[in-house]
Amino acid sequence: MSGGVDSAVAAARAVEAGHDVTGIHLALSRNPASYRSGARGCCTIEDSNDARRAADVIGIPFYVWDLSDRFHEDVVEDFLAEYAAGRTPNPCLRCNEKIKFAAVLDRAVALGFDAVATGHYARLVKRADGVVEMHRAIDHAKDQSYVLGVLTQQQLAHSLFPLGDTTKSEIRLEAERRGLAVAQKPDSHDICFISDGDTAGWLRERLGAGAGPIVDPAGEVLGTHEGSFGFTIGQRRGLRIGQPAADGRPRYVLDIEPVSNTVTVGPREALAVDLLTGIDPLWCSGTPDEVMSCKVQLRAHGAELAAVARVVDGGLDVELLEPAFGVAPGQAVVVYDGTRVMGSATIAAAGRRTPV
Amino acid sequence: MSDATTETAPVVYLDHAATTPVYPQVIAAVAEQLARPGNASSLHGSGRAARRVVEESRETIAAAVNARPSEVVFTSGGTESDNLATKGLFWARHKADPRRVRVLSSSIEHHAVLDSLHWLESEAGAEVELLPVDRDGRLDVESLAASVRRDPESVALVTVMLANNEVGTLQPLESVVEIAAQHGIPVHTDAVQVMGQLSLDFAASGVDAMTITGHKIGGPLGVGALLLRRDVELVALLHGGGQERDVRSGTIDGPAIVGLAVAAELAVKGRCERGLFLSGLRDDLINRVLDAVPDAELNGPPGNGRLPGNAHLSFPGCDGDSLLMLLDAQGIECSTGSACSAGVPQASHVLLAMGRDQATARGSLRFSFGHTSSSRDVDRVVEAIVPAVERARAAGVAGTAGGRQ
Repeated sequence: MSGGVDSAVAAARAVEAGHDVTGIHLALSRNPASYRSGARGCCTIEDSNDARRAADVIGIPFYVWDLSDRFHEDVVEDFLAEYAAGRTPNPCLRCNEKIKFAAVLDRAVALGFDAVATGHYARLVKRADGVVEMHRAIDHAKDQSYVLGVLTQQQLAHSLFPLGDTTKSEIRLEAERRGLAVAQKPDSHDICFISDGDTAGWLRERLGAGAGPIVDPAGEVLGTHEGSFGFTIGQRRGLRIGQPAADGRPRYVLDIEPVSNTVTVGPREALAVDLLTGIDPLWCSGTPDEVMSCKVQLRAHGAELAAVARVVDGGLDVELLEPAFGVAPGQAVVVYDGTRVMGSATIAAAGRRTPV
Repeated sequence: MSDATTETAPVVYLDHAATTPVYPQVIAAVAEQLARPGNASSLHGSGRAARRVVEESRETIAAAVNARPSEVVFTSGGTESDNLATKGLFWARHKADPRRVRVLSSSIEHHAVLDSLHWLESEAGAEVELLPVDRDGRLDVESLAASVRRDPESVALVTVMLANNEVGTLQPLESVVEIAAQHGIPVHTDAVQVMGQLSLDFAASGVDAMTITGHKIGGPLGVGALLLRRDVELVALLHGGGQERDVRSGTIDGPAIVGLAVAAELAVKGRCERGLFLSGLRDDLINRVLDAVPDAELNGPPGNGRLPGNAHLSFPGCDGDSLLMLLDAQGIECSTGSACSAGVPQASHVLLAMGRDQATARGSLRFSFGHTSSSRDVDRVVEAIVPAVERARAAGVAGTAGGRQ
């Protein structure tokens, strides 16, 4: 229970469904001592208190589990390492994969619980053969199946998503009806471990700022940047290149090369990719056909794109029927069959079937 | 996991060191006094009546701990008394002689003392020395003596708790007082855990200031006292009406003070029998848990070296929080150490000071007995501990190693 409205209602619904529920709030700060002195600010303790108050109202036991070491190692360090390598990771996805449905689930199962229930917006459907399928939530605007796309069948079999059949606005109304004080608490959007929301500044502080060139696709130097970690592929704003492009059109970050500390910029069409090379594919409800006509999603709340995916020797090749823009290595490609999540892979490279 | 079991079996409350259940007589006395109007500082009839009850309570409490009534300074509880004693003594002693900057204490004090000392260090120019303890959590008297000897003139005060709140180890306060007295250094002791369990004699102890509190002796929360010798100079922490000897301001809380007095009387009256009874339960729990979980370890000394009501055990491979949760689900309430405001588990500074490693420190439970405890409580713990340890061990491995691979 994060202290937000979703996990509070999820807990209440799990109780109503007849489960024996215990509320767990995860302490994820690297320095647990900071909780005492409040050096990390009020928000974390406030969230913890909100979660505790929700548990009180629902009438369930409540505990705080300290997973700060695991979180630091598996999510924060991974986030830094990925950026340092020029990739764009999704820490929420990593947290689901390594913390919520791994460290927490393992510990819970060992302690005698059967499943982890969360406030994620996704639906689980148990097939006649016992396999648990994950589907998009009814509320497509809130659907979080993308960040859950890294879960295995075993993890899904021990998961509950009680909110998947309801829209967010209905959940807020329900929270109100249930007397949960968090009913109108704003949604969280930012990366939870970057408290001020300044991801670029946070990365620069940890990975070091180092000036480097900004070049065009031909290699001509257009300017300098103060650290490539502040950029993401597809970014348009904040490039601060003195002279405008010859054709006067806006320029976008096309590539980040951490070793030479080079940021390549160019026109939007140069961002277009329609061929993705995925690694470490994972199929959550059975191995698919070798070639499948499917839909893919490339980022949280991103559009659904028609594609043909091919399972190839430990990897996954994805051909997009229409090009996508701003695809960065490190992002996950989640593969859908209708509303069903088939699985996911990590994008290692993105390119064009035919050169521009 | 919780409701089914707690409905059929009564709660086993083994966290008296955190807060004791309040005596029914205390509840009655507090309620009765709450119904009476009057500020004890007012001069009219109602005020005089309220004052009379407060002063009678002061006399009762003084008698219970062998102090003079004028030595009882009412406060809001242990934390305030500890803050008042440590800061108030430091400020007064330092003002009288600026050379007095050193504060000597133990490394196992309660946070109310420890954090006050850290504050004095960062804000008031104090030099704090936290002296080591042995593996049983007993202050190393020799290192205290050596530290004082090095430069007695520079010591502002010594503060050492009478018994540790986590592991229950009794501290060699007589030796501490003897060492300090040679140089006229004032001594404060936090005796919160001792009252009602062992005899408490302020006059005989030789200390200058002693912290006691209501909610560890079957009294109300939010009221306590600093026992303070009449000749000790102390700078006030709270300023205002100067109600308590000019060292503590705030409208006198008559009802709470009456409750404290009733609890003090009850705590002291039955102390001998209770002490014997509690130490019997304690030893029974320790022996039977060690039998059931052979690799468990007792923290702190066995027998008379610890508080009668304290059993503190480490369970290798377990996370104390997992154990606590599993026992809680069975209706057995204990603690992993001292309660933490944010609910975030941290390795106990007491166990670390005793030379335990992080994992051992985090895999520990404190069972503390008090006036409502019975042998049934011990039986319930012994029944529940083995399956709890097995599960916590499995979870401990799952929680710390690589997880799902």
